[in-house]
Amino acid sequence: MLESEIRTPAFLFNSRAMRSYFQLFVFIISICSISGIKAQEKPMTPENELCLKCHTNQTFTFQNTLTDAEDKRMMNPLYIMNKDHFASGVHGKFKCTDCHSSDYETYPHNAELKLEPLSTCLDCHGGDEQYAAYQFEKIDEEFQKSVHFQKSGESFTCSKCHDQHYYQAKSRTSSEVSEIVGFSNEMCMSCHSNNNKFHLISDEIKPELNKIHDWLPNQELHFRNIRCIECHTEVVDSLSVSHNILPKEQALRNCVECHSKNSMLIASLYKYENLQNRTSEGKLNTIIANKSYVIGAYQNPLLNNISILIFLMALAGIGIHLIFRIIKK
Amino acid sequence: MSSESKIYFYPIWLRIWHGINALGILILIFTGINMQYSNPNFKLMDFELAVNLHNIFGILVSVNYLLFFIGNILTTNKKYYRLKLKGLTKRLKLQVIYYTSGMFKHQQAPFPLSEKRKFNPMQKVAYLSVMYLFVPGLIFTGLALLFPETIIEEVYSFSGIFLTAVLHSSLGFLVSIFLIVHLYVASIGKNPADNFKSIVNGYHDISGH
Ligand code: HEC
Ligand code: HEC
Ligand code: HEC
Ligand code: HEC
Ligand code: HEC
Ligand code: HEC
Ligand code: HEC
Repeated sequence: MLESEIRTPAFLFNSRAMRSYFQLFVFIISICSISGIKAQEKPMTPENELCLKCHTNQTFTFQNTLTDAEDKRMMNPLYIMNKDHFASGVHGKFKCTDCHSSDYETYPHNAELKLEPLSTCLDCHGGDEQYAAYQFEKIDEEFQKSVHFQKSGESFTCSKCHDQHYYQAKSRTSSEVSEIVGFSNEMCMSCHSNNNKFHLISDEIKPELNKIHDWLPNQELHFRNIRCIECHTEVVDSLSVSHNILPKEQALRNCVECHSKNSMLIASLYKYENLQNRTSEGKLNTIIANKSYVIGAYQNPLLNNISILIFLMALAGIGIHLIFRIIKK
Repeated sequence: MSSESKIYFYPIWLRIWHGINALGILILIFTGINMQYSNPNFKLMDFELAVNLHNIFGILVSVNYLLFFIGNILTTNKKYYRLKLKGLTKRLKLQVIYYTSGMFKHQQAPFPLSEKRKFNPMQKVAYLSVMYLFVPGLIFTGLALLFPETIIEEVYSFSGIFLTAVLHSSLGFLVSIFLIVHLYVASIGKNPADNFKSIVNGYHDISGH
């Protein structure tokens, strides 16, 4: 507990101190929620019913042209879609055939359709004024620097994280931090906690997320409250979401980065956490395991330096005294 | 070294208290630094372990403080802490002069230790503030952090817990500084190890002063 300091109110409420992007993130959310950018419930186009008749159910029926009988089969579970998620996604107003070939309207689907190249995000959004606010090109640029692209190349597409069917710009439309974090982290988890999807990209053994992060206490709580990208990307001031996933060696580890700057936030959460734990677990146990220590010095550079100065002065005083004691013995 | 020059300075209860306190404070400082500067790249010990040890030893040192407090009420040890304000500055000055020059000229200490005087004026002021201000302050704020529902929510728009934690760590810092100086001053004597021996066996050799 050496060198502790007291932050001045000016520091606490100085918006320049909100440079950490975690704070920037919270900041943007609040701005967005104030300005009321909200996703409206969009009804899906009726044409989609044809596809969804089969693609939302466990089973499907079709007219077998060979036997001329009605056949009932099991649907491939990976091709079963969630209608509600589609409708609330950014492309919820689309017809399926806006992206997929209209030849899909017949079943059995033509085998050649498998070869159909599908549009990427950039194909539609690149250079489009309407979406300038999202900075698609800049995102693409950043993404190409990321470890994913560097290691796996073109096979790692935007769609590997952003499902074109369901993607929502949550950090712009939601005001609930927990919802944003959940949605965002699910993009990473859908692959990093799923062997099958992971092996689409890599033949390596998937490292276990909770083992990799076992140095991080309260892992579950952290993963519920901060986005993976908070620690794994570099901040780009001009982008609200950095897409440059850095090599693991460069991931943020330093607790103080977040904890000293957000101490107000965390302080108010302590109490709640603590009381909750105490009612659910044994009493003595929770008192001993109490985490009410605000991590990270309340670092104010001035006070930090003062305390270091006091410390060094004490040492210097002792050193000089000691030298005299030896000389004058 | 004749046996007459030795006085029984530290009764057994005081030595037990001091031993537990020394161990406890060292562990608290070590684990405290660990939490304050928690950083897995430079990890002295596991974070969770540091938290648990800090909590356990915090409680131990607090209970131990009661021994010190009650011990001083019940025994004659309290007389050593009595501080006369009149002429205090003058006495402090004398002591400072002794420490900064007199002792190098092998002069007599202005306040030699005896059965009646265990601490010189500087020690008195230091010990009084540490034992009756800093340590109780640490215990209070520490216990408050263990039971955060007892803390006032907001003090002029500051989080109460935030202020309590800052106070706690600031006092911790001061006690750490005290500890360093305390250990150094203890090495002043005829033989640097003398005072350390005394606090273990209870006897103090006053012939050197
Ligand atoms: C009669 C049921 C049925 C209808 C109607 C249907 N599908 Fe399919 N679809 C399937 C089944 C079953 C599969 C699994 C692969 C297969 O059996 O060909 C599939 C596979 C697909 C695939 C994946 C192709 C691949 O193998 O990569 C796409 C894309 C697709 N359907 C799109 C559509 C679209 C778009 C529509 C509407 C225009 C549609 N489907 C209508 C049953 C249907
Ligand atoms: C905005 C464009 C877009 C729209 C609209 C769209 N899809 Fe897709 N769909 C894609 C892309 C891109 C893929 C390939 C995903 C990949 O490779 O990761 C795909 C893949 C699929 C697959 C294969 C399984 C899978 O998830 O990879 C099915 C089945 C499918 N779409 C059905 C539909 C149906 C049914 C609709 C209409 C309700 C629809 N799609 C609307 C872009 C779209
Ligand atoms: C086939 C072309 C097409 C593809 C491919 C496509 N989009 Fe879109 N996207 C659109 C259109 C058109 C809209 C406008 C929809 C509307 O207004 O309802 C849109 C809307 C959006 C929006 C909401 C914009 C707003 O302000 O409302 C976002 C975000 C978005 N897309 C992201 C993506 C991402 C990320 C990808 C790749 C995973 C992608 N899109 C792929 C055509 C496409
Ligand atoms: C490794 C996963 C990953 C890949 C690959 C990826 N993104 Fe993202 N993207 C994210 C995450 C995570 C967010 C933040 C979502 C949130 O918090 O709401 C995001 C956000 C976005 C946003 C919204 C930004 C905003 O300002 O609201 C857009 C647009 C976007 N990505 C486009 C793309 C495009 C285009 C590509 C391909 C060049 C791409 N992404 C590739 C993970 C990815
Ligand atoms: C508090 C910061 C932090 C958060 C939050 C975080 N990580 Fe990490 N992550 C790290 C650090 C630091 C490393 C490097 C660990 C090492 O090398 O020992 C790492 C390593 C990784 C690795 C590399 C594993 C390997 O050894 O190849 C992956 C994958 C990963 N994290 C994914 C995630 C995902 C997914 C999330 C969100 C659920 C997440 N991380 C959240 C800090 C974080
Ligand atoms: C579709 C699967 C998939 C998704 C989604 C995905 N990753 Fe990965 N990630 C991988 C694979 C595979 C690797 C191993 C390296 C490679 O081959 O690209 C990897 C490697 C990593 C690494 C380690 C890099 C290193 O230095 O070894 C980190 C960190 C990481 N991912 C973080 C994330 C984060 C954060 C997200 C969400 C924004 C995410 N990943 C989303 C598949 C995925
Ligand atoms: C990217 C920012 C970030 C980083 C890095 C980070 N944390 Fe956290 N931490 C948080 C947030 C946000 C919470 C959630 C606060 C809450 O909900 O109580 C949290 C909660 C905690 C909690 C439980 C709540 C509390 O404060 O008592 C502990 C303990 C904790 N973090 C310790 C650490 C340690 C130790 C490290 C370094 C190894 C670390 N954190 C790194 C952001 C971070």
